Amino acid sequence: MKIFFPLVIVMILVLLVFAGIKANLYFLFGVVIPYAALAVFVLGFIYRVLKWASSPVPFHIPTTCGQEKTLPWIKQNKIENPSSALGVIIRMALEVFAFRSLFRNLKTELRDGKIVYGSEKWLWAAGLAFHWSFLIILVRHLRFFMENVPVVLKTIEGLDSFLQIGVPLFYMTDAVILAAVTYLFLRRLYLPQIKYISLAADYFPLFLIFGIVLSGVLMRYFFKVHIVGVKILAMGLVGFNPDPKILSEIGAIFYVHLFLLSILFAYFPFSKLMHLGGVFLSPTRNLSNNSREVRHINPWNYPVHVHTYEEYENDFRDKMKKAGIPVEKE
Amino acid sequence: MAKLPKPEELSKIDLKPPKTDWMDTPVEFKEDMYCWGAKGKNLKVVEFPNARDWSPKEEDWKLPENWKEIVMEAFGDRLSKYRSFKLFMDICVRCGACADKCHFFIGGGDPKNMPVLRAELMRSVYRKHFTTGGKIFGKTAGARELTLNVLKEWWYYYYQCTECRRCSVFCPYGIDTAEITMMGREFLNLLGLNIDWIAGPVANCYMKGNHLGLEPHTIKNSIEFFLDDIENITGIKIEPTFNRKGAEILFVTPSGDLFADPGTYTAMGYLMLFHELGLDYTWSTYASEGGNFGFFTSNEMGKRLNSKIYAEAKRLGVKWILGGECGHMWRVLHQYMDTWNGPADFLEVPKSPITGTVFENAKATKMVHIAEFTADLIKHGKLKLDPRRNDHLKVTFHDSCNTSRGMGILEEPRYIIKNVCKNFYEMPENTIREYTFCCGSGTGLNASENMALRMRGGLPRANAVKYVHDNHGVNMLANICAIDRATLKSAMEYWVPDVQVCGIHELVANALVMKGEKERTLDLRLEPLPGKAEKEGNE
Repeated sequence: MKIFFPLVIVMILVLLVFAGIKANLYFLFGVVIPYAALAVFVLGFIYRVLKWASSPVPFHIPTTCGQEKTLPWIKQNKIENPSSALGVIIRMALEVFAFRSLFRNLKTELRDGKIVYGSEKWLWAAGLAFHWSFLIILVRHLRFFMENVPVVLKTIEGLDSFLQIGVPLFYMTDAVILAAVTYLFLRRLYLPQIKYISLAADYFPLFLIFGIVLSGVLMRYFFKVHIVGVKILAMGLVGFNPDPKILSEIGAIFYVHLFLLSILFAYFPFSKLMHLGGVFLSPTRNLSNNSREVRHINPWNYPVHVHTYEEYENDFRDKMKKAGIPVEKE
Repeated sequence: MAKLPKPEELSKIDLKPPKTDWMDTPVEFKEDMYCWGAKGKNLKVVEFPNARDWSPKEEDWKLPENWKEIVMEAFGDRLSKYRSFKLFMDICVRCGACADKCHFFIGGGDPKNMPVLRAELMRSVYRKHFTTGGKIFGKTAGARELTLNVLKEWWYYYYQCTECRRCSVFCPYGIDTAEITMMGREFLNLLGLNIDWIAGPVANCYMKGNHLGLEPHTIKNSIEFFLDDIENITGIKIEPTFNRKGAEILFVTPSGDLFADPGTYTAMGYLMLFHELGLDYTWSTYASEGGNFGFFTSNEMGKRLNSKIYAEAKRLGVKWILGGECGHMWRVLHQYMDTWNGPADFLEVPKSPITGTVFENAKATKMVHIAEFTADLIKHGKLKLDPRRNDHLKVTFHDSCNTSRGMGILEEPRYIIKNVCKNFYEMPENTIREYTFCCGSGTGLNASENMALRMRGGLPRANAVKYVHDNHGVNMLANICAIDRATLKSAMEYWVPDVQVCGIHELVANALVMKGEKERTLDLRLEPLPGKAEKEGNE
């Protein structure tokens, strides 16, 4: 059910596009839904981040992963246990760009009554490959939205296609992302523990992204679409002046691509995909370990009922005196 | 309590999850895997709601009628108060990196002890009550209603987490299960559902100043008992002070070290070190607890117990505070105390009167860890040490969860150990420093009725100790935590019987050559020092 349900949903979504095109709903699928999805994404993303930010960070709780700053002759691990803002920035950058924590991953196994820990970098590698190729592909697509393609974009495209295979040139990221998504799906299917913890919400984005990539690959390399038409539509969308005449000339598979992407964008703020925003706010990572050096303020700190020394001495005065422990009141 | 199975039996572990989906697998209370319910009288002492006697074994937990409203109201409240809690409810992608990092999962195989699933126990309720998707799609969206069964499941598993934070080291978003189980325990405490092994010490600490409930004269007596032993060993008579106004330093340490060995030897170590330095310090009977079982109860209770340290420092007019070897004590002191009960503007920035070192890293909290203090002494050559006295020991060091992952005090204890004994061996790198394993009994789970849970949770640590025992002949497991000293002793007796447990200041005091001492023949355990056994026998 957890796998079947999201798979069926994605299939229905694809069928919806074909039905829509048959019914001539080009404007809906080419203009209305993309605009709506983008709006939901942007507003939803901001809303979620603001909602998180509205809850304060009452305590200073970094997870320290190295030697703290203490005596001057003891070497501090300034990145894994930062005491300065720069250290935190580097720690966060490593986390966001290189998935530092995932790189630590180990595999625990029981062998003849002994517990052994092996290196396990596949999740890290696949995760990194997936996210980076997704980002590069997204950036590559910016060329559709610009009159003159900037040098940076051209460089990225050049690097991505440097193998110089095929016409149009083959992008490596297309293959990488397909492989990575496939791996991330298969591990949920075949690793018993991972299968056990997976929810429908874990399979759905994988299927959706697989659909988006597959439709993109098919349209670039196999079923050619009216690529100039796509550019005209994209430029129109950017200028809030889309040309309705071009819509019907582009080709169905493009709309599958665009619709699944729209669904992904609209689904994003309501899902676990928000880890994109959340990772920056994680108090175990984005705080420096200086809580003995600088006082951390809890905005909702309130006075509590305590058992005072006076009450304590009242309870034990005689015993304290007999034991020769000094008291306040004789 | 049933008889604990033999180690060979207990170490047969299957890490494969069961056939039925976790939501369809009701919680089963397994023998020796959980603690007794809190007694009403202990909760009444600290004015907790719904105080009553109850038993987790009974079907009826005698819950208040509106228990669900109580929990849901608190749930909403904590979401608005803790960004960590809210964020960690939302952003987990269930990548599974944490799954096999928990000592309870590794040593037990119960899938709900995978940190991700332990958190899902709560996230599922969060989705049902606080997210639109969960309300609409229900179980398909991983959402479920808070039922009595779910509440019992929370109780069982949130008292099967020692909040050691090992999972948070591996999580790509730093999701910290401790933040989730701490909330779980807050909710349960609103319903009077603490465990008595925590509620008892909390009540004791509130009224008498320490977890063990030692009254002022008893504290003095216990310490005087150590002084007799110290005099036997060294010929030196030590006269510490209690509740003395005007002392330069207030010394606070967990009360466990005053009560049972091997912690008592660590306490003797402190007394000997401070005497040798001529330190102007005092013990306090009011602030006679460094640890904080309130922290395992609720944020508020943690703050209430912790308040005594600053209050006493202020009353006695000391300049700064020195803290003994303890794990969660230091998580609290390092990450919570100043926020709760500060600012400590009535104290001075700690400065070692012996070396002149100013502890800049503690300039706000004004509390120094004794490992920092002693490492500084050794570095400046202020201690005369004879490490040969520890030659009968082959030592390894267990990093405590809280001091490694909630502070980062890794090198100081190692530096001290290497200076006071000659045989030091590290355990495998995936089991030390930030990767260290819990003793299996932290966060107040060091009771006796849950021994199977404790031994299972202690297995990953014991397994690593066994490795250095087998390969290097290690026979002493040093640590800087009072709970470790109390609990690893049982874990070692069970899993690696030839290994003993000690605090590092026991090793320091053994090696410490004191002014005017007689020739020592005994170590702090009153056992013959290496090479001295025969001489003693001939006399």
